[in-house]
Amino acid sequence: MRPENGETSVGDIQTRQSLAGAAMAVMQRDLRLALRRSGDTLQPLGFFVVVTTLFPLALDPQLSLLRDIAPAALWVGALLSSLLALDLLFREDAQDGTLEQLALCGVPFAGLLVAKTAVHWLMTGLPLVLVAPLAATALGAPIAAVPGIIAALLLGTVALSLIGAVGAGLTMGMKRNGSLLALLVLPLVAPVLIFGARATALAIAGESVAAPLYLLGAMAVLAATLTPWAVAAAVRIGLE
Amino acid sequence: MNELTADNLHLWRGEQHVLRGISFHLAGGQCLQVTGPNGAGKTTLLRALCGLVPLETGVVRWCGRDVAADLIAYHSQIDYLAHDNGLKADLSAAENLRFAARLRGRLQPDEISAALARTGITDASEVLLRRLSAGQRRRVALARLLLTGGALWVLDEPGANLDQRGQALLSELIEAHLAGGGSAVVATHHDLQLPPTQLLSLALQ
Repeated sequence: MRPENGETSVGDIQTRQSLAGAAMAVMQRDLRLALRRSGDTLQPLGFFVVVTTLFPLALDPQLSLLRDIAPAALWVGALLSSLLALDLLFREDAQDGTLEQLALCGVPFAGLLVAKTAVHWLMTGLPLVLVAPLAATALGAPIAAVPGIIAALLLGTVALSLIGAVGAGLTMGMKRNGSLLALLVLPLVAPVLIFGARATALAIAGESVAAPLYLLGAMAVLAATLTPWAVAAAVRIGLE
Repeated sequence: MNELTADNLHLWRGEQHVLRGISFHLAGGQCLQVTGPNGAGKTTLLRALCGLVPLETGVVRWCGRDVAADLIAYHSQIDYLAHDNGLKADLSAAENLRFAARLRGRLQPDEISAALARTGITDASEVLLRRLSAGQRRRVALARLLLTGGALWVLDEPGANLDQRGQALLSELIEAHLAGGGSAVVATHHDLQLPPTQLLSLALQ
């Protein structure tokens, strides 16, 4: 048996390009950058906390009233804070030219943009899910509702990040893109808001949250399947 | 054999006819210097050659094949250095290069320090890029070219912000790249110190 049949030479291994390796490199770089600038990264989370705690301050402090508005407060807060975070997703990479380097590195661009979006979710979506139990209890939700709320936000924020990435890609080349981004993205994520808030309301009422959770899961899967190509197309247009 | 051919490239930007029938043939070991006044379309031509801007008509061929047929394979062979360095200001020079190398599926720590030494920024390799001068950052971007190992270099004003020794270094790097069988398309106003046999020129109006 000749050894070269079963083995690749060292040179092959070192220069072999793979999407997985490149995507890992992008994720590690973005995580490192996000941690190096934790101030910027944590702003959307702070926004979420402040917005959800403003509701009890502005409303009559009756527990029943707070419970009624809790789903709306949580989800509108989550939607707006993830929108706030989206602005950071591609803009800086587009400005300093690193996005071009990603587009020209010889692996499928969509995969690298998904890697960027995944890190973005880890740094802005996941913290929101982790803080949600606190925000929910501040709004009078019972402890028993917490698992349902977390599950709904987990699926919902994934869908929000993916759908939002398309809008972020389309608007990354514009100077003041905040309101345009909102106009583009908010109508698209309305279904996530509807079923997310529904799941939260059911959880607070102590009923089964399965039905809206399934729908949220379906939306997250659909977004994960379709948006990578849309994001890559949008970013390519922005790079032209 | 590495060869880059452009055949009658046309490109419009709105009402403006930016590229008007550009054709050239560049063999391995040759460098094409693109010159022209500001706004003549040098950057646009370079970006079109990279496949970043779609052409209206015309074909770019790499090794005889239309690059649009398999852009990803073509991209794995080229290195593009734009006006912007394509480096992260919040990472150090070494971190930036490590990322670029990993993106290309190469990771050899000694190569990174060798590339940085070649471009003269050994001392500053662990400093965040935002603390380096514009010329030093350009040198880091040149080090990336050495590391990623593409056969075709597409360089947009590579000498910008470089001092005189930097300009000389740039010519040396291009010459070594050509000697290794690579080719380069360079948009620059500076004179490249290259043997005339290796240097083609293209003047845009």
